[in-house]
Amino acid sequence: MATLSAGTTRPSLTRSLVGKKVVMAVTGGILFLFVVGHLLGNLKVFQGPEHFNAYAEGLRTVGAPFFGRGWVLWIVRSVLLASLFAHIWAAVGVTRASWRARPVAYHRLDPVETTYAARTMRWGGVIIFVYVVYHLLDLTFGRLNPSFVPGDVYHNLVASFQRWPVSVAYIAAVVVVGLHCYHGLWSALQTLGLNRPPTVAWRRRVAGGIAAAITAGYIAIPAAVLGGVLR
Amino acid sequence: MRVTLHVWRQAGPVALGKFVRYDVSDVSADMSFLEMLDVLNQQLIGRREEPIAFDHDCREGICGACGMVINGRPHGPQRATTTCQLHLRSFPDGAELWIEPWRARAFPVLKDLVVDRSAFDRVIQAGGFISVRTGSAPEANSVAVAKQDADLAMDAAACIGCGACVAACPNASALLFVAAKVSHLGLLPQGQPERASRVVNMVTQMDAEGFGACTNHGECMAACPKEISIDFIARLNRDYVKAAVRGKAHAAQGNGGAA
Repeated sequence: MATLSAGTTRPSLTRSLVGKKVVMAVTGGILFLFVVGHLLGNLKVFQGPEHFNAYAEGLRTVGAPFFGRGWVLWIVRSVLLASLFAHIWAAVGVTRASWRARPVAYHRLDPVETTYAARTMRWGGVIIFVYVVYHLLDLTFGRLNPSFVPGDVYHNLVASFQRWPVSVAYIAAVVVVGLHCYHGLWSALQTLGLNRPPTVAWRRRVAGGIAAAITAGYIAIPAAVLGGVLR
Repeated sequence: MRVTLHVWRQAGPVALGKFVRYDVSDVSADMSFLEMLDVLNQQLIGRREEPIAFDHDCREGICGACGMVINGRPHGPQRATTTCQLHLRSFPDGAELWIEPWRARAFPVLKDLVVDRSAFDRVIQAGGFISVRTGSAPEANSVAVAKQDADLAMDAAACIGCGACVAACPNASALLFVAAKVSHLGLLPQGQPERASRVVNMVTQMDAEGFGACTNHGECMAACPKEISIDFIARLNRDYVKAAVRGKAHAAQGNGGAA
């Protein structure tokens, strides 16, 4: 049994569970912006090898001449990496607290309101993390790519996705990303206190629409490779 | 009608519990769920067996004392209904029902279906006082409250503290309860002076009690006999973030509950 905490307590975004959810929402928002930006960049693959490779090179030279080569890219990568680890740290914190909170399981507890997306946030997050590690080793570092040519990102992408198991894994992973974004988007608004009663009617539908559009956009790429549109 | 029950029997806080099967026949469909348990208990007493312990008080759906998980749903299958207001006509004749107590670390089982909900009392206590002039009653209209705010505050104040939100939550989080209590006063002018310190202290106490974290499943809202909306959780989150961003000094004013 907990005793009543003596004296006035201080708000903490790192110690309280409400605060950890705020950390998760803010970092999730940053990672969501990356998911959108990454998709918009990747869709340039449909413009052909020259445009797509020029875009990849542009990511390294953006901000010139003020920034040196790759500076902006690494600043963005640092922010993303920090967000990723803060997101995972907060997720581990709230998950452990929740698992501890019910030591004796129900014989039966029927879900009424929750969604598949909400129930798969935790293991879905783990799946996304594992996939991102593979994805980086495949297309960024080239370690797991069948014929990696530094700088020729179009070739690397097509070479990798022509192996159907890689494309299938990619499609499965982006479906998980879509589910994660659907629950994450409206959930983050709720956690940050931005959900107001007028948004109730449409917030889930808008989140679902955005998540579906992102998923479809990502799936288009391996589908086009397997279908022979991109070669 | 006739029902088959599988009731969680646990002799005490540290005893091991188990489900025990009871066949209850010749009960009326118009009996409340608790009246059916009363009938069963009379039969148990007649057989010199220990009756099933369960919490109840007003039996009018307004006190928050009763509550058990019936077939995987806190307070049973009917929306916006406490266990005492649930009737056997909600179930088919011959129904098989699994009856369990609220399950949460912060709500330890005392006996059978009775859990200790004093964690809620300590969260309320941590919320502290509000600064109002006591003594003779003030003139009713001296503090104007917008109708929408009064209605919304009343919606939050409808919380009877039964704990169904915790019981229904996959994370055993108490955030709907705490949000209702925080919003109820936070929406009214009388609640403004301690608004920041109240939300911070109640959230801290909630964590200390060992409740889980809200992950926005919405199960609490579906189980709540008073249909309290998770919009109040967004309101609590907003107040907490504001208190954290605006700094500790503001939140550090006054705390009535800790005396």
